[in-house]
Amino acid sequence: MQRIGVFVCWCGSNIAATVDVEAVSEALKSEPGVVFSTNYQYMCSEAGQNMIKDAIKEHNLTGVVICSCSPRMHEATFRKTVQGAGINPYMVEIANIREQCSWIHKDKQTGTEKAIILGKAAIAKVHLNAPLTAGESPVVKRALVIGGGIAGIQTALDIAEAGFDVDIVETKPTIGGKMTQIDKTFPTLDCAACILTPKMVDCAQNEKIHIYSYSEVTAVKGFVGNFTVSIKKKARYVDTTKCTGCGVCTEKCPVKNVPNEFNLGMNNRRAIYIPFAQAVPKVATIDADYCNMLKNGKCGVCSKVCTAGAIDYKQQDEIIEEKYGAIVAATGFNPIKLDNFDEFAYSQSKDVITSLEFERLTNAAGPTSGQLLRPSDGKHPHTIVFVQCVGSRDTSGCGKPYCSKICCMYTAKHAMLTREKYPDTDVYVFYIDVRTPGKNFDEFYRRAVEDYNVHYIKGMVGKVAPRADGTLDVQASDLISNEQLHISADLVVLAAAIEPDKSARPLATMLTASMDTNDFFTEAHAKLRPVESPTAGVFLSGTCQGPKDIPETVSQASAAAAKVIGLLCKDKLTCNPCVAHSDEMLCNGCSSCEKVCPYGAITYSDKEFRMPDRTTAIRRVAAVNEAVCQGCGACTVACPSGAMDLKGFSNKQIMAEVDAICK
Amino acid sequence: MQVNEKEFKPTIVAFCCNWCSYAGADLAGTNRLNYPADVKIIRVPCSCRVNPMFILRAFQRGADGVIMCGCHPGDCHYTTGNYYARRRMTLLFSMLDYLGIERERTRVEWVSAAEGAKFAATMNEFVETVTKLGENKRLEDLRCKEK
Repeated sequence: MQRIGVFVCWCGSNIAATVDVEAVSEALKSEPGVVFSTNYQYMCSEAGQNMIKDAIKEHNLTGVVICSCSPRMHEATFRKTVQGAGINPYMVEIANIREQCSWIHKDKQTGTEKAIILGKAAIAKVHLNAPLTAGESPVVKRALVIGGGIAGIQTALDIAEAGFDVDIVETKPTIGGKMTQIDKTFPTLDCAACILTPKMVDCAQNEKIHIYSYSEVTAVKGFVGNFTVSIKKKARYVDTTKCTGCGVCTEKCPVKNVPNEFNLGMNNRRAIYIPFAQAVPKVATIDADYCNMLKNGKCGVCSKVCTAGAIDYKQQDEIIEEKYGAIVAATGFNPIKLDNFDEFAYSQSKDVITSLEFERLTNAAGPTSGQLLRPSDGKHPHTIVFVQCVGSRDTSGCGKPYCSKICCMYTAKHAMLTREKYPDTDVYVFYIDVRTPGKNFDEFYRRAVEDYNVHYIKGMVGKVAPRADGTLDVQASDLISNEQLHISADLVVLAAAIEPDKSARPLATMLTASMDTNDFFTEAHAKLRPVESPTAGVFLSGTCQGPKDIPETVSQASAAAAKVIGLLCKDKLTCNPCVAHSDEMLCNGCSSCEKVCPYGAITYSDKEFRMPDRTTAIRRVAAVNEAVCQGCGACTVACPSGAMDLKGFSNKQIMAEVDAICK
Repeated sequence: MQVNEKEFKPTIVAFCCNWCSYAGADLAGTNRLNYPADVKIIRVPCSCRVNPMFILRAFQRGADGVIMCGCHPGDCHYTTGNYYARRRMTLLFSMLDYLGIERERTRVEWVSAAEGAKFAATMNEFVETVTKLGENKRLEDLRCKEK
């Protein structure tokens, strides 16, 4: 019989306000095996933890039940506490009477009754707990960063700085991500390329960093400390070890009509291309969809002009396998497609553009060499209307319900830069709210309004109608003066909402990392573990976790790197001891468990058994590799003879909980 | 004044996987989203840990409804666990239906860690459905009854 101590936490007033903690600790005192029961204001505080330790020693407790917040919050804390008092950390069970009781039930009697039942269930379970010992597994001292934007770059640089090897996998031919397409950055207005490209070069030159550009992750196996990742190196038909990046091929290629994705299709590139001048790695890539030689075997110009002999039309996709201790997701974002927003005439008029297109139009390396010209006729626009929240904060289902966070600031930047360079231009900004929290952000916005005379109008644009004379009729309402407005604009810029990159969803499935309903990666704890995924060994960097501007992305990237370094510093990791185990006497070697195990943790061997009549028999029985088993429990249910059970969540333990609840 | 002492309060057992649904239930709590206290949650590492025996036991011991929640298909922390759970529960629930435990008393629901609102709404709806059906006596083991 266990000697159980029950500790009921008030959590200040979080629990005590709707659960009578005194009544709970009193009621649980009479449960079988309970020799001590008390309540305290904050069990997780030092005083609370000491109270538990003292009670363990004083009453010779063998098991502990803590009625408090979710085990996802403080299970680890209390395990450490009881270990400090000399009992096995797995002799603790938590009754979740905060998240799943006091916070959802307003009636004190109801809450108290439920808390008592949850406490009884935990007591029933702890009766059947057994001391568990965690095993150890080695750590592969190499990290993988998926995505080579500013988030991935910063994470990789920081990890490499600490002396660990790190690989970057980037789907595009070059690293750099969205930031390469941006012209200036708020609120300081320094040029994006000037601050980003040195970091890209650092990555290329750092011997600890290996860049797999034009590559994707196709499979992930394993677990924290020991992931095996398959990386597909897509055929770029150019030998990267030979290509010098001279660019002659990209000038001689006869296929000139390929939309240039770097400039968002606003100009064309060739079928063989280097995305932009500062690309890393600076090597050419052949676009197989457009190359004449690859499509119908006729051309070969690039091969003829390449003095390095780097062109290889026979190159194939290659899949390699690498081992990593930690994985960082840094897959980034994209502006949403505007198909659902016909009212803004984005598909009808070339002069209705997105903010990212506006960046390219104002960038010296862009299609207009930095001249702000209308895409339709190449003339300088005199009236520009910026529309905020296109698809952001949209609960109609057409767009995204969340705030994209960066649009208010970049629109202020666009408006300010336009007025600075072209003082004769009238600039209007339509907004729902202007949100400028951030260091020097509101000052920046006010400069746009006060010093640059940008017309900020609170209201929504209802329609943009292209007119025959080439101008755009912007129909909007001004919510403050309550007027209907018609503005004749030359250019309309839409601040499209941002969404996670499409590659994030399949990646999350491969990593078994969870996502929210908007396909942003979920963090392990919204406040306290914001850069870790709930899946051990998977970390989050940048906008794949939620909308962020560059300073925030870089901070999060460094934070993720710090977490990775903390993991890779360890030589061995403690495994989860709640793993399956097989009772050899019951096992009949049927292989049912092996078939459902996602980790291949179950093996069979012939074993000799002594029978009661003193003969020996050889039987095939299952054994679980505890270092590989992750403790899902699939095998325990598949086993027809009941030989397989899960430590920490055994059949008997769960049954005892069921009994306690249904009593 | 008529005392409504016989107001039926169902006993509902909810099996929640540690990674998605238990976290979703926690989120419902953090967001103070109410659902009836009749729901008692049992934490399991994965929905595939839910042995049909647990559910039979619950009904035998007087549960009026059992709901199993797991990660959305494709999002299982253990890759494939919820697929097994889904198949097992499909079979079990149809067998229970045959035994006279109405189909509405058993449910499988996928709730992610981010879906606190869905968790609360599901539980509200499930409790309402089971309350309408009334007490479940079909599988009750009289030997388990006190008195």
